[in-house]
Amino acid sequence: METLSSLADGFVIALTWQNLLLALLGCFLGTMMGALPGLGPSNGVAILIPLAFTLGLGATPSLILLTSVYYGAMYGGRISSILLNIPGDEPAMMTCLDGYPMAKNGRAGEALSLSGISSFVGAFLATWGLILLAPQLVKIALLFGPAEYFALFTLAFATLGGVASTNQAKTAFAAALGIGLATVGVDTQTGVPRFTFGEVHLYDGIDFLVAIVGLFALSEVFLFLEHRHGKADASSSKVTIGRLMPSWSLLKSCTPTMLRSSFLGFLAGVLPGAGASLGSFIAYTFEKKLVDKEGTFGTGDPRGVAAPEAGNNAAAGGALVPMLALGVPGSGTTAVLLAVLLALNITPGPLLFTQQPDVVWGLIAALFIANVMLLLMNIPMIGLFTRVLLIPPRILMPIVAMVSFVGIYGISGSSFDLLVMIGFGVMGWVLRKLDVPLVPIILGTLLGNAMENNLRRAITIDNGDWFALIDSPLSIGLWTLAVIGFLLPIIFGKVVKARMRHMARDEEGSTID
Amino acid sequence: MSDRIFGAVGLILALGYAWAALIIEESFLSDAVGPKAFPLIIAAVLGLSSLVIFFKPDTAPHWPALPRLMEVGAAILVMILYAILLPELGFVIATALAATYLTWRLGTRPVSSVVSGCLTSLGIYAVFHLVLGLSLARGPLGF
Repeated sequence: METLSSLADGFVIALTWQNLLLALLGCFLGTMMGALPGLGPSNGVAILIPLAFTLGLGATPSLILLTSVYYGAMYGGRISSILLNIPGDEPAMMTCLDGYPMAKNGRAGEALSLSGISSFVGAFLATWGLILLAPQLVKIALLFGPAEYFALFTLAFATLGGVASTNQAKTAFAAALGIGLATVGVDTQTGVPRFTFGEVHLYDGIDFLVAIVGLFALSEVFLFLEHRHGKADASSSKVTIGRLMPSWSLLKSCTPTMLRSSFLGFLAGVLPGAGASLGSFIAYTFEKKLVDKEGTFGTGDPRGVAAPEAGNNAAAGGALVPMLALGVPGSGTTAVLLAVLLALNITPGPLLFTQQPDVVWGLIAALFIANVMLLLMNIPMIGLFTRVLLIPPRILMPIVAMVSFVGIYGISGSSFDLLVMIGFGVMGWVLRKLDVPLVPIILGTLLGNAMENNLRRAITIDNGDWFALIDSPLSIGLWTLAVIGFLLPIIFGKVVKARMRHMARDEEGSTID
Repeated sequence: MSDRIFGAVGLILALGYAWAALIIEESFLSDAVGPKAFPLIIAAVLGLSSLVIFFKPDTAPHWPALPRLMEVGAAILVMILYAILLPELGFVIATALAATYLTWRLGTRPVSSVVSGCLTSLGIYAVFHLVLGLSLARGPLGF
């Protein structure tokens, strides 16, 4: 009951004209960014953070804008999967498997609206899951002391590579690099400058927004320059959209699929190291095992479209649970959303729920609003979004680059930050070529300082005894999970990844890199 | 091979980082851990993972041929020039030049690139400066 009244308060906050407009704008931009191949949810949110920041929006309005972008991108990813057989972002990979065959059979309109409805169901249920689960997690988190937090951060980094990680050494390298970058600047506890080499610009540390925009957005531009992707501007006009609304019987037959997939997706989202890509993968494979008796999956079975879409949108909602309740994100995009919170001077975690309930519940209400808007927007306006796909990347990428520059320049007005951003862009490009994940770097720059502070606090409390770190059963449990989480992918990672790739390649015969 | 080089570079980075951590001057007022310990732990993780990457390399990625590499290098150079010249030339001119260059190099015909570059610049200026009121770099001409 208490939850419901808090939620009602949240709606009061979210339902102002400004916030509704921001949500609408965010949904629209998000869907476009999700739909355009090469611009995933992380990129989309990353480019927009500095803008939201420089526009001087308050905490709740900026969060509403950016989470709408996040949800929107999750919706948008399916459009190019279905029409062009090119996933707009990684989580939409599985939607290609049945979505594109449906489109080839002349049922593109049905596939699009069905996937829109599945996305809605997944996100809607996941938001309820968030409401129910997050406060429980907060209760546990209130028991955490500095030592437990340090273990929790380690757990987050250890599992970040995810079950599908192929090379844990590279994940560890990336995390250490990110944390190392965070230590640049004046030490918060003693006031000693570290790793600044006398450069005054570095005394404040490296702005994580600069790092994020450089690593994500600019490296994408370099990748495009390298490959000169002219091919992505394929002709979506060739595909006939067909009838737009799926029939009731079709919806009814897909409903159990949507519900099951939402549940699985949500679980995958909450667990550390899984994220939306795995959510859609698990939902699809489970559904295939369970209901695919005639072997129609992969040939345009509507349930094969409903499952991954419900799964990935539910995972997107689920991933918000650890991010809000513990301050530890479980996926790439939520790591970027964490950057939003930190840039706004909001520290997520258990205290957020007690000290700034208006931010939390306003955000949750905004998720519901964005979700309804997206459903309404995505069915009638689908024609508009398919036309967006016709903008060739050769025009689009320069715009992305320039908007990134504008955002970063807007924050500080200094050329130095732009140069640092270019440096990060080059670094991101090289690291992506070498298959080093970028998300741990981002998370490292975001959490590095908090991690160090907790470590030092824990040990100082115990008068310099390093065993303070493994003093309580809770922290021992977290350390054990961290070790298991780090070692598991070394054993199983190759198998899972190979299966994901194999399925995607096998059934659609196109290349996904 | 790429991973061997990467591992070696990583190891040098880790050693350099550890060295830079060791020469941090501690202040007389310090907590029990001090400013050096955490960076040293991180340096150890960085070094160990670099060693693993060095001794167990993945298959090398496909590196572009020299002309493509030059292409990326030139784009980096243009962006650096953009960052430096932005305060000198003002936002609209600098952005139009940089956007034109990038559009051209991504495979648009020169004339269309100029049009697209100018439109990009003016569009961003209109949306972010005129509508949203973001302060962008002012050049000698006032925009």
